[in-house]
Amino acid sequence: MHSMFNRVHRLALGLGVLATALGPYGAVTAKDSIDVGVVAFLSGPAAGPFGVPGKNGAELVIDAINAGTLPAPYDTAGFAGATLNPIHIDESGGNAKQVAEYRNLVEKQGVDAVIGYISSGTCLAVTPVAEELKKLTILSVCGTPRIFEDGDWTHIFRTQAHAVGDSIAAALYVRDNFGDVAGYTGINQNYAWGQDSWKSFSLAMGHFVPKAEVSSTPQFPKIFAGQYGTEISTLALDDAELVHSSFWDGDIEAFVVQAKVRGFFDNKQFLSTVGASAIDSLGSEFPDGTIIGTRGEIGILVREKSGPLNTWFVNAYRERYGAWPLGPSYQYAQAVLALKIAMDKAARDHGGFPTQDQVIAAMKGLSFETFAGRIELALGNGHQAVHPVGYGITRWNDETGEPEVTNITFYPSKCIYPPAGKPSLDWLAEGMPGSDC
Amino acid sequence: MRSLTGDRTVRGVLIGFTLLAIAGFFLPAWIVNNVMFGLARGLAVLGLLVLLRTGLVSFGHALYFGLGAYSVALLEQLAGVTELVPRLAGAVVVAGGLGWILGFVLRRYRGIFFAMLSLAFSMALYGILVKTESLGSTDGFSVSPTVLFGWSPETRHVFLAMVAAVCAFAAIVVQVYLASALGHLTTAVRDNEIRVEYLGYPVARSIHTTYVLSAMLAGAAGGIMAMALGQVDPDSMVNWTVSGELVFITIMAGAGNVAAPFIGGVVFEFIRTYAFELAPHAWQLIVGATLLAIIFFLPNGLWSLIEKPWKKLEKRRD
Repeated sequence: MHSMFNRVHRLALGLGVLATALGPYGAVTAKDSIDVGVVAFLSGPAAGPFGVPGKNGAELVIDAINAGTLPAPYDTAGFAGATLNPIHIDESGGNAKQVAEYRNLVEKQGVDAVIGYISSGTCLAVTPVAEELKKLTILSVCGTPRIFEDGDWTHIFRTQAHAVGDSIAAALYVRDNFGDVAGYTGINQNYAWGQDSWKSFSLAMGHFVPKAEVSSTPQFPKIFAGQYGTEISTLALDDAELVHSSFWDGDIEAFVVQAKVRGFFDNKQFLSTVGASAIDSLGSEFPDGTIIGTRGEIGILVREKSGPLNTWFVNAYRERYGAWPLGPSYQYAQAVLALKIAMDKAARDHGGFPTQDQVIAAMKGLSFETFAGRIELALGNGHQAVHPVGYGITRWNDETGEPEVTNITFYPSKCIYPPAGKPSLDWLAEGMPGSDC
Repeated sequence: MRSLTGDRTVRGVLIGFTLLAIAGFFLPAWIVNNVMFGLARGLAVLGLLVLLRTGLVSFGHALYFGLGAYSVALLEQLAGVTELVPRLAGAVVVAGGLGWILGFVLRRYRGIFFAMLSLAFSMALYGILVKTESLGSTDGFSVSPTVLFGWSPETRHVFLAMVAAVCAFAAIVVQVYLASALGHLTTAVRDNEIRVEYLGYPVARSIHTTYVLSAMLAGAAGGIMAMALGQVDPDSMVNWTVSGELVFITIMAGAGNVAAPFIGGVVFEFIRTYAFELAPHAWQLIVGATLLAIIFFLPNGLWSLIEKPWKKLEKRRD
């Protein structure tokens, strides 16, 4: 009897596995709805500061567009009239897993487009596959300039400007506000993002603040190291007054907390290029006077900016998720917006529901108003966005019990990005010919 | 000695992989992809299975998996190689070469010491790759599609057939090895090392040979994975999680037969794909729960699902 039960049990398990593997799957694509893969970190260390706020931003705007409740000029319902059905995918698990998942999205689920990707490595890995599968893909956050400088893509767009402009804008902000700084050093994670950020920042500093001396001991701790005792000591003993960092998530929080108790920020001017998520999570613990950036007209730098679109976005986001929208919330929302604008435009131009090629043609070189700024797809043959990038100074406001950023300056895109066709690191090394600053 | 064609496993492997390669032409592209990734992982697990015969578990086989993958990527970066045969040969030679060198150290350790030392070596490679910009750092490299004797097939179905051929060949090599005197020695080493020494067989050399074979299999697996994916990076090729996945599949598949790793690899790939799709926030939970379920209900792995009915059938026939 027992063995009989066992056998049935095992058979059921086996059949279950088989049924899951072979069962019919995949949504039917009707003309009045489109399926779009939305990829963001939903687990792991990048989920909190990037993935989940990004996914929320996309979700909020998708729902509003489906319902036609977005403020003008985007108040028509749907994407070329169709409802967008998002398929959320976790970006964690490594680039290899993401390439496999991208193929699953396109070949198994039959999505009409893919939006997302935060990690530069994942963007680089997915791009050639997207081109091979000929699927419209809008990269929303990743910053590596290599995507459109090393390749020429038809089906890939990026609504976020690349990270070299972030570094140039940071150096410009230092020139304009801390022009007499005698030296600078940095603490960056020892992987592609940290290495690239430091490289382009020091090149830009050499151009804009040539008097400032670069330290011989910039720090490169392991990513997610969590303990920065030795690095803080080394930086504190360094003569350089300005400390550049491209830390994010737990690393920026850990560093700031550990450095603050040692009085680090009393003697140093700290510059954080992407640490804005820590301002809200640390609250009054975050050191006043830090130079902070958000990689565009997004996040905490535009929190107070008026205008119907931004007011709607900030309020609707706060109401639904109980938190301020972060940079990635804007970045994902902007990618969704670009898809809507291009699809609507293609539908107007050609009449009827547009094909993918018509959408791509409409998106190429697009220039559109976002929630708090403007994005122009000006580089990469009309596929790569440029936009202004700004920095400001953090301050904890005791009266409101909220952090705020003062003295905000945005640098226009024509000043921080190379002309079309010029690799940005070469352009930086040559002293940025043609830059209008 | 029984002839090769008389071996039931060899026949089964040949028939199975031939059927798979043919079926590939009728299957949708996403299934072909997942099968290919599963076979690549299965090949590395076959390497672990060989090692398991001597009673050794490696927590660091991603070292050879990653070396194989990076050999393919670097051969293309440095010399523009995109042909299947040199790519695969490069992966096997590099992985086997390092396996041979490290084997001199590792063959002296057993149990947890062996497992941890292999983990340490693999994480050393991971650290080097992550920190070195010229090796791609965390971004890694893209790998262009593979060419077969100057012919670049348009669909991935052809590549699946190539992968199936390589896997079938590897499975047969391992089956022959395990049936040889040297192969039988591995089991004896696991059971009683001292007695094997007294019988006049060198234990260290036997372990060393097995280790190099295992490294070569993992290297080939990494090479195939790089070609199938078109991408290499430290996190998905060399990190300890990759080694963990390989051990996971070994337990899931069971060590009863050279075909088991491939079945395990493919099943693992499908479980993960569906877990990603059904629970984007908690896919790890589903993968973990599946392993627990298999340990509880199928202590000898998925292979027992095939083995038991087969044996019963044979008994009835006798």
